[in-house]
Amino acid sequence: MTKNKKEFNLIIAGIGGQGLITLLQILAEAALSGGNDVRSSELHGLAQRGGSVEIYLRFGKEIFSPLVAPGRADFILGLEMQEALRMYYYANPDTVFLVNKNLIPIPLAPVVSQDQIIKDLNKISKKIEVVPAADICQKELGTNVVAGIYLISLAVFQKMIPLKPESLLLAIKKMIPEKFLELNLKAFNLAKSNS
Amino acid sequence: MILMGNEAIVRGALEAGVQFVSTYPGTPSSEIGNIFFRISEKLRIYFEFSINEKLALEAAVGASFSGLKCLVAMKNFGLNVCSDALAPFLYTGSKGATVIITADDPSCHSSAQSEENSRPFSYLAHLPTLEPATPQECKDFVKLAFQISEKFQTPVLIRNTTRVSHQRGVVKLSKMELTRPNLVEGKFIKDTRRFVTLPPRVLEMKKELLEKIEKIRTFIETSPINQLVQRRASDSLNLGIITSGVSYLYVREALKELNLDLPVLKLGFFYPLPEKKIKNFIKKLKKVLIVEELEPFLEKEVQGLAKEANCKIEITGKNLLPEVGELRPEIVMAAIAKFAGKKFKLPTTNYQPKTNRRSPQFCPGCPYWLVVAAIKKALRLGSGQTLRPDSGQATEVIFGGDIGCYMLLGMPQFGLQDYLSCMGSSLGIAHGIKKVSKQKLITFIGDSTFFHAGLPALANIIFNKSNPLVIILENQTTAMTGHQPHPSAKSVLKPIKIEDICRALGVNNLAVLDPANQDEFGQKIREFLQKDEVAVIIVRKPCIFVKDK
Repeated sequence: MTKNKKEFNLIIAGIGGQGLITLLQILAEAALSGGNDVRSSELHGLAQRGGSVEIYLRFGKEIFSPLVAPGRADFILGLEMQEALRMYYYANPDTVFLVNKNLIPIPLAPVVSQDQIIKDLNKISKKIEVVPAADICQKELGTNVVAGIYLISLAVFQKMIPLKPESLLLAIKKMIPEKFLELNLKAFNLAKSNS
Repeated sequence: MILMGNEAIVRGALEAGVQFVSTYPGTPSSEIGNIFFRISEKLRIYFEFSINEKLALEAAVGASFSGLKCLVAMKNFGLNVCSDALAPFLYTGSKGATVIITADDPSCHSSAQSEENSRPFSYLAHLPTLEPATPQECKDFVKLAFQISEKFQTPVLIRNTTRVSHQRGVVKLSKMELTRPNLVEGKFIKDTRRFVTLPPRVLEMKKELLEKIEKIRTFIETSPINQLVQRRASDSLNLGIITSGVSYLYVREALKELNLDLPVLKLGFFYPLPEKKIKNFIKKLKKVLIVEELEPFLEKEVQGLAKEANCKIEITGKNLLPEVGELRPEIVMAAIAKFAGKKFKLPTTNYQPKTNRRSPQFCPGCPYWLVVAAIKKALRLGSGQTLRPDSGQATEVIFGGDIGCYMLLGMPQFGLQDYLSCMGSSLGIAHGIKKVSKQKLITFIGDSTFFHAGLPALANIIFNKSNPLVIILENQTTAMTGHQPHPSAKSVLKPIKIEDICRALGVNNLAVLDPANQDEFGQKIREFLQKDEVAVIIVRKPCIFVKDK
């Protein structure tokens, strides 16, 4: 959130089943505990079964629209590279892209390379960061299911999202069920030590 | 705390002291039922997943006649299904306060069949209707709807849309009334004047209903939920905006973006409309913009009111806004900019890369993959061949589709869906085709959809003698909307067996099989396609998300 701006617009793009709504809930809780007004939008149902999904989260002093306007995204998290690129519509040259280095082919669509996507992203914004989150989590934690938590934690520690790490930590503890909590906290701490 | 619109609706109903809840799931309204399914036993609230929306409403009508406070939830198409029961319910009125929730899905994010705008039901049934914009309003409006229902003894509708139902936002909570030791018992007290809609009384009832609506109109003229948002007095432009629901949020966003300061009348009620308030609002204006999604119902209403209040006013709406697809902030910004003669530009990127949208897919391990494989094999199509009739190499068989995950059979890679309409219609339409054409026809219908609206269609096929091959996909849950139970679901203690129903109806060509037995499945498809009578194959294999009891 730049100083003269009273709101922060965040988009997460990915594939149905990647846990986007959980990430949204955690970030929304963290934003609320930071004293913000919060509004978000998501979709449910068949459209989400393995399909492209994007969720919007906006927070600040007073938020109206649940959707982000084109060019107004401050931060875009892509859980898959093609899904991240699809969000160019919402980006401006200062939009921070944090992208999971993960390319899952789209059935019946032309094949694209990681390099091509990174090139395209760099034409959209000056602030592109591509992180092999799934590989890092697999290597360090033995599983990649917490790649999303790792990435939002990384974004908070690296100040890509203007929320306090302690707010995020509290939100993770609140939203993640007990039996998965330890693993998620490890992902949070891994992001901390890698920041 | 942060709540989703649907969660806020549940909370509002709990704060209002709801006693009886019935629903049939449908995105974007499903979470309402899912939450009550989880909490109802503990809170001593009667809850059911009814077999369809008409039955959900009728159950609530009975409970309301017996004095209980009722909530009924469904998606927009559910309102179509229950409309037969809805209209007379307005004539009799409710006894126990009753609130109906429906959710439209502009842009059809999670809806096949049509981009429905449910507003005409408010006119058709004389149904008081509220349109919230935020989760906070979802909660507050549900409570208000219960109060209105209590006061005027009429059911009240909350009309939501996807971007309200699935919007999260901060909600201030109030106390819930939850201290009941048992389920609340009702009592039906006979009153034929009230509960029997037989002529000639029915015409008196209509007159009473219309009078009631005028009383409600007077009551809501002063309601704060029809809200005049006059930020600073800047009447110099003589421009104003009328809006409701989520469109209001886009209007406020747009005014902020454009740095404009126009008066906005936000309507909480769609029906009846606060006519005086609207007339007062437009009286001094030169131009008014109506911002609403889909068809221009508000715009037409304002045109009518303007004839009396301000016949010189210029009314704009759908000439600046689309009638197809949901509104988005940028669409409303562009419309208001044009309306106010102001330029604006969003900081979008000039570079527009080529991207592809990912379609939904069957889950890995989904039993429907086995259905695709069996049909391809049975109809002797190689793995590289497509079944699409327009590909020139395909089969003559017609494939009927219905509502459920198996709508994905219509994806280009499968090509197994030649028509698709509403719940249960695969069978009804199949019957019509088979009565007039000798072409072979296979219809697919899921188990929950079969109970919802397929049962009478199958009886009609037998009664009026046609011979489609009906494949009932029994995955033992309502998968698409989030795995709710239905009469033959695996989670049910004493499931109704679909094969028993078929036998009782007189289906002679009947097979129940596991689609993993591909040879048997394929052989049955080939055999049954040649039959002169209707044939039914029940494909029984649970959805991968169904757990063993």
